[in-house]
Amino acid sequence: MSAAPALPRAWRDGQLAVLLLLPIALINAIGFILPVLNLARYSFNRSRIGGGIEQVFTWENWAGLLSDPFYLELVLNSVWISLAITLTTLVVSYPIALYLHRASGSWRTFLTVLVISPLLTSAVVRTYGWIAILTDDGPVVSAIKALGLPAPSLMFNIKGVFIGLTEILMPYMILALMAGFGRLDPRVEEAARTLGATPARTFRKVILPLTLPGIALGCLLCFVLAVSSFITPKLMGGGRVFLLATEIYDQAIVTLNWPLASTLSILVLIVFGAALWAYSAVLRRLD
Amino acid sequence: MEIHKTSWPMRILVFVLFVYLLAPVILVFPLSFSGDQVLRFPPSFWSTRWYSALFANSQMLKAFWTSLSLAAIVTALSIVIAVPAAWVMTRLKFTGRDLLFNLFTAPLLLPTIVLGLAILIVFASFGLLATMHGLVFAHLVVTLPYALRVLAVSLSTQDRACEEAARTLGAKPLTVFFRVTVPMLTPGIVAAAALCFLVSFDEVVITLFLTGPRISTLPVELYNYVYNQADPLVAAASALLILLTLAVIMIVERAMGLGKAFVK
Repeated sequence: MSAAPALPRAWRDGQLAVLLLLPIALINAIGFILPVLNLARYSFNRSRIGGGIEQVFTWENWAGLLSDPFYLELVLNSVWISLAITLTTLVVSYPIALYLHRASGSWRTFLTVLVISPLLTSAVVRTYGWIAILTDDGPVVSAIKALGLPAPSLMFNIKGVFIGLTEILMPYMILALMAGFGRLDPRVEEAARTLGATPARTFRKVILPLTLPGIALGCLLCFVLAVSSFITPKLMGGGRVFLLATEIYDQAIVTLNWPLASTLSILVLIVFGAALWAYSAVLRRLD
Repeated sequence: MEIHKTSWPMRILVFVLFVYLLAPVILVFPLSFSGDQVLRFPPSFWSTRWYSALFANSQMLKAFWTSLSLAAIVTALSIVIAVPAAWVMTRLKFTGRDLLFNLFTAPLLLPTIVLGLAILIVFASFGLLATMHGLVFAHLVVTLPYALRVLAVSLSTQDRACEEAARTLGAKPLTVFFRVTVPMLTPGIVAAAALCFLVSFDEVVITLFLTGPRISTLPVELYNYVYNQADPLVAAASALLILLTLAVIMIVERAMGLGKAFVK
């Protein structure tokens, strides 16, 4: 007897679930699944000069992309620059993460808020801040000039993009590192030091191996964000820095070649897949 | 007892790195009081002329009001849509629940430049480009995953005893939901709303694809301005934006703090 009302109850639950999930499912389907599938389809369409689109199935975009040295260089450039930025971000974030991991109480809370607060500030605002710092009349160039050294050009080239993007990615890296620092027990370091290891050796043999999972996670996150970053390269590159994300925007908005922009977007997703694959390979080796 | 004594070189290094991390955000404050025509730091003299210029810039003001109403609409809709969804995800058991949850939060994993282009192409055929409807819809795609995640965490850590008690005492499911579950969820709702508001208000990459001369948001206008010229006007706008962000964070802190005090 007790099993009898269970069926209508489950059925009613199912109806209720469908009803309550309908709005979010519709937005997800129309605003996410459909656009992404359509994007993949568009990479096989043909673009007419002047922005028209021919609904065909052709590999032209893909073949053109793979045979054009400009795009090959663009992809390699983006990947290399993103890797270099990721490693630099790791180097400048690691000491902060380690310091925060060891700090305690309200001091730690305060510093953590300082790390998170740039995340809540618009990328345009932070990029603008870097333009103000690195511009020819800015504090950095003035200071270098005051020292009597030749004034470097830090804006509208890859140097500025590098400096700015590294800083913009720092909070993500610090948070990822701290999430992975859980295994780092201060007593283990203490033991290594007591047994006569130098600070450098303790770092290399104890701290670094224990924090590798956090490093892998932070690097994955920052690499993915660097490859798809758009605002900073566009504003600080001054049209002279060509990366995958800026090219996607230019093809979509300036040239109106949506099939090519779609193909480049799918390429970005393939690069993401490769990064994810590398990450899981690293994690497997660590285990 | 202090096990770890951080050495002085390490402290100095951490300090320098913090300066690097916070420099662009801090610099806009003094820069916004520059009297110069161009970006120069330190400025040759101080003034509030760029604040006056900002408030005289009708395009920026219009974009600000667009952003504000957009963020308000998006936040309200996100909460109304995500609270029932999060409730289903944490209170009902059905096959494929984890799969659905991952699907609903998946838009966060896609780079915004790709999502922006994807939405642009679809919206172009729906006639939704450069409309308020289109912007609200596109922002919901990115804010809903955040709201769903925050609310699901709040709901799954919530004490179920009160709901059980209300049901045992004869309250109808809808009464339990509105009189017990939602009031207890208030801190989570405030946090989710603040996050949605900030995400929508700051969103620039996807919005850049969908705006036009007819309708534009503040981040997009700032982006266009910086792209075309570099003067301290954007510093004044940035300083105000940072203060607005701080205000939202403090509201959350207050609400969450009060909420915690209430639960205890």
